[in-house]
Amino acid sequence: MKRYIQYGILSVVLLFMYFPILLLVVYSFTDSTTIGAIRGFSFHNYVTLFTTKELLDMIAGTLLLALISALIATVLGTVGAIGSFYSKKKVRIFLDGINQVPIINADVVTGFSICVLLIIVFGMNKNSFIPLVVGHVTLCAPFVYTSVMPKLKQLDNSLYEAALDLGCTPKEALIKIIIPQIVPGIFSGFVLAVTLSLDDYFITTYTKPATFDTISTYVVNATRGAQTNIKTALWALSTLIFLVVIAAVCFMNFHNKRGEELDNR
Amino acid sequence: MKKINISRKNLSIPYMIYMVCFVVAPLAVLLFYSFTDSDGKITFHNFINFFTDGNTLGTLLYSVVVALITTLVCLIIAYPVAFILAKGHIKNKTILLMIFIMPMWINFTLRITALKEILTFFEKNLAYFPFVNTIIGMTYDFLPFMILPIYTVLINIDDCYMEAGLDLGADKVQAFMKIILPMSKAGIISGVTMVFLPAMTNYVILDMLYNSTYIMGSLIGSYFSAYDWHNGSMISIILLTIIIIVTVLSTDSNHKEERL
Repeated sequence: MKRYIQYGILSVVLLFMYFPILLLVVYSFTDSTTIGAIRGFSFHNYVTLFTTKELLDMIAGTLLLALISALIATVLGTVGAIGSFYSKKKVRIFLDGINQVPIINADVVTGFSICVLLIIVFGMNKNSFIPLVVGHVTLCAPFVYTSVMPKLKQLDNSLYEAALDLGCTPKEALIKIIIPQIVPGIFSGFVLAVTLSLDDYFITTYTKPATFDTISTYVVNATRGAQTNIKTALWALSTLIFLVVIAAVCFMNFHNKRGEELDNR
Repeated sequence: MKKINISRKNLSIPYMIYMVCFVVAPLAVLLFYSFTDSDGKITFHNFINFFTDGNTLGTLLYSVVVALITTLVCLIIAYPVAFILAKGHIKNKTILLMIFIMPMWINFTLRITALKEILTFFEKNLAYFPFVNTIIGMTYDFLPFMILPIYTVLINIDDCYMEAGLDLGADKVQAFMKIILPMSKAGIISGVTMVFLPAMTNYVILDMLYNSTYIMGSLIGSYFSAYDWHNGSMISIILLTIIIIVTVLSTDSNHKEERL
């Protein structure tokens, strides 16, 4: 294939993937309420976004939920992966199998099943936030487990044994030898957990307290409503999230490159 | 008191307890609920209901059609993109790959909102083309999930296979069809599962684009709103069965590939 055809194909697909978002970015800086005629440059969407308490609470709630769930999921998934890796083969196969269930299962089913167990069977109060956090942890922990596991497989077991020979207790050897070597896996698991929690709609809907909203559930309700100032304020939110994601990707790229350079030295 | 032994393998215990409590137990409860009625009596009514009601069967058919077309469209767009990113003569491939994957990290409801604004601008009223809009919406949402696995497989295929094919007299198209395409089957299969299954269940995309036809996921949503846990459980179990069948079929054919 000629080079310009290749660039052509990539550009057309990128246009499809980014045109809607970029258009919202442009329109978020105007007074327009629909895509079409541009009606004057203004920051009023950003002012609305940062002065409406409902919106700020919703964003803060989403971030807090993502952080808490990701932290719990990271601890649980990491410890689980270490335990599973050093267990008997039968236990490990069992855990690997169970771990796949939430990964391949539809979020709708996962959310509904946790809702039925905790809220219907055990009569737990939704307002306690426990079903919501349990739902998000169940969604995220298996992905942490699968990102830590390959790092454990790469480990050199003689280091751990050397530590034991030199007088470490198993607990010390675990903290000082094993954990530091799997940090990249733990970190990427954590990042994945945060993004999964931020993106989730279904588990949140089935387990959340009636008055609590994450970005996903809020946006879906907002598209049903007719409040145009909220709708356009969400364009501003999309713009900010888009910028944050670009920044994060650039940072990770830069970080990886530096890491590679250090490795090459 | 006996001292608790914190050896490495005992660390699996908390995870095992958590997974049994919040993955196995909820699914067991769903299974129980789907074969009982509101009085707790065992019944096959929910099950028979699903397979004899024209509406629910229609929903199943509609979601399979939506999922199949979405998967096909994603595959047709994603394969050339993944191929160019992995094997093309272009610069900055890793950065380009990142740009193609990046939408995965932006909240999908916000992205669908953006798409909705554009579609409204072009079509004036979204209700005129509900099916087409649904396919566009799902393709827009799931495309990165098809690109990534195909790219991962293609980048690991050594160029020497293609060159050997060309040296032995195949033209470029033949070499691609007989060498690269079969070798990238594993990536295609995992991409297909990553798009097909969510396309059967992600009813929010339909809701947001004003398509009022139900897919399988919408049934669970509507039973949830109606507090009908027994029928909701039955739909969940049927969906889970479909998911397991698709996954087993796809991993099975991948294993066969590995053996060859």
